[in-house]
Amino acid sequence: MSRRRAEPRLALVGNPNCGKTALFNALTGSRQKVANYAGVTVERKEGLFVSPAGTRVKVIDLPGTYSLRARSPDEEVTRDVVLGRFEGEDLPDAIVFVADATNLRQNLRLVLELKRLGHPLILALNMMDEAEKMGLGVDSARLSAELGVPVVPTIAVQAGGVQALLDQIDRDILVANAEGMAPSGAVCHWHEPSSHDLRDYHREVLRILSLCILTPGRGHSRTRTIDRVLLHPLTGLLILLTVLFLMFQAVFAWAAAPMEAIDLALGALTGWLDQALPDGLAKSLVNDGIIAGVGSVVIFLPQILVLFLFIQVLEDSGYMARAAFLLDRLMGGVGLHGRAFIPLLSSFACAVPGIMAARTIENRADRIATIMIAPLMTCSARLPVYTLIIAAFVPDRTLVGGWIGLPGLVMFALYASGILSGLLVALVMKSFWLKGAREPLLMELPAYRLPRVRNVALGLFDRAKAFLTRAGTTIFALMVVVWFLGNFPAPPDGATEPAIRYSIAGALGYALEPLVAPIGFNWQIALALVPGMAAREVAVGVLGTIYALSESGDALQSSLAGVLGQSWGLPTALSLLAWYVFAPQCLSTLSVVRRELNSRAWPALMFVLLTALAYGAAFVTYRLAQTLL
Amino acid sequence: MVEGLTVSLGRLGKGQKAEVVGLDELGVVSTLQAGELERRLIEMGLVEGAHLEVLHEGFPGRDPIAVRVDDHTVALRRAEAAAVLVRLPKVAV
Repeated sequence: MSRRRAEPRLALVGNPNCGKTALFNALTGSRQKVANYAGVTVERKEGLFVSPAGTRVKVIDLPGTYSLRARSPDEEVTRDVVLGRFEGEDLPDAIVFVADATNLRQNLRLVLELKRLGHPLILALNMMDEAEKMGLGVDSARLSAELGVPVVPTIAVQAGGVQALLDQIDRDILVANAEGMAPSGAVCHWHEPSSHDLRDYHREVLRILSLCILTPGRGHSRTRTIDRVLLHPLTGLLILLTVLFLMFQAVFAWAAAPMEAIDLALGALTGWLDQALPDGLAKSLVNDGIIAGVGSVVIFLPQILVLFLFIQVLEDSGYMARAAFLLDRLMGGVGLHGRAFIPLLSSFACAVPGIMAARTIENRADRIATIMIAPLMTCSARLPVYTLIIAAFVPDRTLVGGWIGLPGLVMFALYASGILSGLLVALVMKSFWLKGAREPLLMELPAYRLPRVRNVALGLFDRAKAFLTRAGTTIFALMVVVWFLGNFPAPPDGATEPAIRYSIAGALGYALEPLVAPIGFNWQIALALVPGMAAREVAVGVLGTIYALSESGDALQSSLAGVLGQSWGLPTALSLLAWYVFAPQCLSTLSVVRRELNSRAWPALMFVLLTALAYGAAFVTYRLAQTLL
Repeated sequence: MVEGLTVSLGRLGKGQKAEVVGLDELGVVSTLQAGELERRLIEMGLVEGAHLEVLHEGFPGRDPIAVRVDDHTVALRRAEAAAVLVRLPKVAV
């Protein structure tokens, strides 16, 4: 009896910025799943497509690298998967090497290194449209003959641009079916190339290119023109600041309409359920627990998407590397690596991917410093808290003749104070504990490219899915727990206060209140901070639930922001904002730090440090506000 | 005419062009193991025969630098650029 063979597996390998992910998207469309590799936190992207001849093919997108000589944990994954060393990952049946056709001199060295492995290999000359525009003529038949591997031109961003690759994959599958595919558990032999080997590869690339380049391209002249402005010490930094400022303004302005729509929809749903369900515990659970709780988190989806839209566009356009270049020296002033910019910017979305992105920093001291301040970059989970309090307390006025909105300005100030305190903490750490030389900066500045709607959309889709999944699972479960704690035990007969005061939640809030009274927090806030440990944005949901349970009648009708505006003083609101700039309570951040640094001491130190900073900042803010206002 | 001078890439200013004649990482203080910086430089295309042009300088201290290496652009700090020995083009006297 013959064993049924699984789908053939392809691995996409290439330098950073070669358009590998665009090619992956072109092959698989939305049939992809993003997960982590077992045991490590490197993102694993796998997709599925059906070849023209009707074979189902699995394809994985490996992290970009210049050599199998891995320099970071990301690149180690690429090396180990390609060599069949990775536990739980079978040796791929073939490698598709994705090369930027406009930069072959730099890309082909890795092809030679991969060829030595003796794997089936296909060279995809990507971005052929751009190469043609530059007047670059490549004799791909000659290139194929010299390299001894099939060469196909691709334009990942164009419809039908991967047809030649698909046909080649079919031809390879025919051969593989005749000869048998790589057996499960096979490994490849490889030794780390010396500088001598690398020079040999380089010379061989030059020899091959001298035969295969028919007409040399004109170079990326447009990129050079743009860089004259964007990398200029003065205009470049000004533009970078403007971009960041616009990003935070847009998070407010663009997201306002969809957020209002979600709010209205939730209101309508609550109203309808109020009519449809009989009074009782079930109705309270659905309306006050689930919809008030989960709904108050889901409403922030538009803002998170706007933030990720900016990050994705900056990444895809090639600007992110410029930002790292512009900031390297300034960040060096506090002892950070220019490459720390990318983890830190990602931390504005969420500290967890940010801390994982710090893996590209190889030096441990540099990396620890970056990781320790990553949580000080205001993550999107804190946006709900900021938005809520700003909506409740900051009047929606415009300044400078309508150009700058006051809420946006306050938001910018909150982000700025996070960044400044992060830089201060880094400076202190680097001058006392983590002394030593910085890791070298060696980074390609890729040509500017217009981000493609499809790639950006697929990236945003992944984020939205992750956020909603979280809202539907973790946050949903927490909300049910909070609702339970807020409703049991039931108030005694003849109780005069709102029911929640007699519940477990009320007791817990009261118990914590003395601890946070000096910084102006009431028992509702104290209570909200507890489940906020699991996910910061839950704090808003909890406030939503608590106030939904403790208010009644008219107050319930108005939004949570309205309720808070009436029940908190301004000093309390400012104090909570200051607390959230540092917001130490996030279990996923602490656990990822533990995993990434393989240490319990650093996350413990991080928790103590951030709590002390948060408490201190909130205390000072509260007292100052009380005195001055 | 005089032969082009050999200097390190770390000392070039904006707009200067040169050709790589050798790599020498001794004397560069770095967190890397011996031989690692050299290999990384080669992997970024900074290898004997490559044609360079300093395109941009960072701020402050004119560091790091963005260097055109044949067809692509690489950003690096002057400290590590010191390991790249280059020959300046011949100049008419």
